[in-house]
Amino acid sequence: MLDQFPMQQIINEEGNVNPEVQTDLSIEQIKRFYYLMLRARMLDKKSVNLQRQGRIGTYVQYEGQEAAQVGSAAALEEGDWMFPTYRDHAATLTFGHSMRNLLLNWRGRLEGGLPPEGVNIFPPAIPIASQLPHAAGTAWAEKKRGTDRVSLVYFGDGATSEGDFHEGLNFASVFQVPAVFFNQNNGYAISVPMKKQMHAKTIAQKGLGYDMECARVDGNDVAAVYTAVKEAVQRARSGGGPTLLEAVTWRYGAHTTADDPTKYRDQSESDKRRETTDPLLRLERYLKLEEAWTDAWASSLEEEINDEIEKAIEEMENYPEADISQLFDHVYDVPTWTVQEQIEEHLAVKGRKA
Amino acid sequence: MTTTVQTKSMTMIQGINDALRIMLEEDENVLVLGQDVGVNGGVFRATEGLYNQFGSERVIDTPLAESGIIGTSIGMAANGFRPIAEMQFLGFIYPAFNQIMTHATRIRQRSMGRYTAPMVIRAPFGAGVRAPEIHSDSVEALFTHMPGLKVVVPANAYDAKGLLIASIEDPDPVLFLEPMRCYRSSRTDVPEEKYTIKLGKAAVRKEGEDISVFTWGAMTIETMKAVEEIEKEENASCEVIDLRTLYPMDKEAIAASVQKTGRALIIHEAPASGGVSSEVMAVINDTSFLYLRSPVERVCGFDTPVPVYSLENEYIPSPEKIKHAIRRCINF
Repeated sequence: MLDQFPMQQIINEEGNVNPEVQTDLSIEQIKRFYYLMLRARMLDKKSVNLQRQGRIGTYVQYEGQEAAQVGSAAALEEGDWMFPTYRDHAATLTFGHSMRNLLLNWRGRLEGGLPPEGVNIFPPAIPIASQLPHAAGTAWAEKKRGTDRVSLVYFGDGATSEGDFHEGLNFASVFQVPAVFFNQNNGYAISVPMKKQMHAKTIAQKGLGYDMECARVDGNDVAAVYTAVKEAVQRARSGGGPTLLEAVTWRYGAHTTADDPTKYRDQSESDKRRETTDPLLRLERYLKLEEAWTDAWASSLEEEINDEIEKAIEEMENYPEADISQLFDHVYDVPTWTVQEQIEEHLAVKGRKA
Repeated sequence: MTTTVQTKSMTMIQGINDALRIMLEEDENVLVLGQDVGVNGGVFRATEGLYNQFGSERVIDTPLAESGIIGTSIGMAANGFRPIAEMQFLGFIYPAFNQIMTHATRIRQRSMGRYTAPMVIRAPFGAGVRAPEIHSDSVEALFTHMPGLKVVVPANAYDAKGLLIASIEDPDPVLFLEPMRCYRSSRTDVPEEKYTIKLGKAAVRKEGEDISVFTWGAMTIETMKAVEEIEKEENASCEVIDLRTLYPMDKEAIAASVQKTGRALIIHEAPASGGVSSEVMAVINDTSFLYLRSPVERVCGFDTPVPVYSLENEYIPSPEKIKHAIRRCINF
C-alpha cells in the first residue's frame, strides 16, 4: 500500500521543487502561503504563552501542521463549507474566521464557534469523527440544490478508527456528494501511535473500500497539500464525487497544554523535525533558492502579524464578560417552560429580573 | 356559514403517511430518509407510496447506519433542508446517540443560533407486538433528558398526523416516537387537510373526578381498559390524560387535573427508575402538593431489559395492575 500511495511532494525538505511534478504555483502564491503559515504559527505560539500565563484556558496546539491546514483551507472558495476539529484553527483562520473569536474559544466562550457572517465554518467538533457525516450532509444538500459548493472536513489519524469516519465516507460515496475528507495524520492520537491505531500502512487506502479517489501527500509541503486539495475540490465541484486525502504531518508539541508528551514519545524527534521537515523552514529554503527571500520582508511580516495578534488579544481580553443569558439562549428557538422557569429562578436568587 | 371538513377513517400508520405526504407536497425542502423507507415503503409501511410520488431524491433509501443517517441529516438541516429521518426501531437508535446528544441538540447553541437542526427523527417503539429482542425498547426517558430536543408520542391517527406536521414545522429537533401497538389497533376520523397539534399539549382522553391517570403511547390502551372496568366495579370516576408530548410536558394540564381529583397515577411501559413518570411526579409536587389526598403512584415496566416476547405480557403493565393501583389510591 505504501507503493500504491506514494507520498506526493512538490517542494522537498531542502526547498527544491520536484522536477517530475507540474505545478503552476507562482512565487507570489508561495509567499502568500508563507505569510498565512507564519501567521498561524505565531498565533499558536502566542496562545501557548497565554495559556501558561493563565490568560486563556486549556489550549490545543497545532504547531508543525501549518502546511496541512493552510494549504487545504486555501483551496476553498467563498461559500464552501468547513468542518474543523479543535486542532484546526490554522485552517479556520485561513478560511476567514475571526482571530478574536478563535481566542475567545479558549476562554470558554461560545463566540469561538461563531464565524463571521457569510463564512461557513461549523463550530469545532469535539467528539472524534462526529463531524464527517455533517460534511457529507451539507455537501449532499448543495448537490440537491445544484450549486457547486463543496464541504471540506478535517480529522486526525485516530478518527479513522471511529464508526462515524466510515459512515461519513460511505454516505458521501453512495450519494456521490461534493465532500473532501482531509486527514491530518500526525502520527499520534494523544499517546497512541499510528501502528497501534491501525494495521493499515496508510490512511489513504481506507478510501478504496468506498471506491473513492484517495491520495497521500506530504502534509508539511504546503504546495503539495494545496495542489491535492485543489484537485479534489475541483473534482467535487464538477460532480466527480468525494475524495479522501491523507496529509502526513507531525505535531511538535503536546496533544494539549494539559498533556506531557515525554510520557509516550521521544521529544527529540520533534526537535529533529524542526530542523528537517518543518513546513515554514522548507518555504524559507525554497524562497532563498529562488532568490525571492529577504530578511527585511520576513521581519516585516512578523511585525505585521504581531500587531494583528496583539490587537486580537486586546479585543479578547476586553471582550464583555459572558452574560448569564448565554446559558439559556439558543437551546431552543423559544425557551421551553422549564428553561424559562429556570432562568427566572436563577436570576431571582441573584436579585435580577429575566 | 359552516365549512365542512372532509374526514377519513385512518389507522395511525395512515395518519403518519398522510402527514409525510402533505409536508413533502408543501415544502420542497422536506426529505424523508432512512433504511427501507423508499422502494419498500418502510418496514411498517409508514412511507408507502411516497417513493413513487416524490422520487428517490426526496424519499431516500440510506445505507444501514443510524449515526450516518442522523449525522448527514444534521448537515442537511443546517444547510436548509428539513430531513425526516427514520430509525427502523427505537432500539436501534443507540449508534446515533452521540450525534443526537452532542450535535443535533447543541448545534443551535454552539453556533449562537447561526446553524440549527430542524429535523424529525421518527422511531417505532414499545413492546407487545411479539417482536424480536431489542426491537421493543421503550427508552423515551433517555431523550427527555437531552436539552435541545423535544419528544413527542402520539397514540392515534388524529394525533399522529397533527403532531407529526407540527414536529416537521418545529424549528428544533424532535424525536417522534411511534408506539407500534397503536399503528393499526384503532381508527380515528382524521381531517384530510393539513392541521397541526401544538407540541407540549396533553389530551384529556376521558374526564373524571376521583383520580388522574397520566399515560402516553400504547399504554393508553391498557389504561382505558382498566378505567372502563374499574368504573363498573367501584364507585369511582377516573380522568385519563394522554401527555402526547413528553418534553416539554404539559404542566398546566397535569396541575389542573390533579388539583381537581386530588389523586394521581402514572402509567408507562418503560422501566420505572428514572422513567418519565418521575418527572410527572415532580410537576405534581411543584404545582399541586397541597391538593393531594393520596401518594402519587406509578405502574411501570420493571428495571430489567425489555424481555424476549415470551414474557412481554408479564412486563407490560396490565389492566389488572393498573386497577390495583387505582384502588390503592382511591382507598388510601
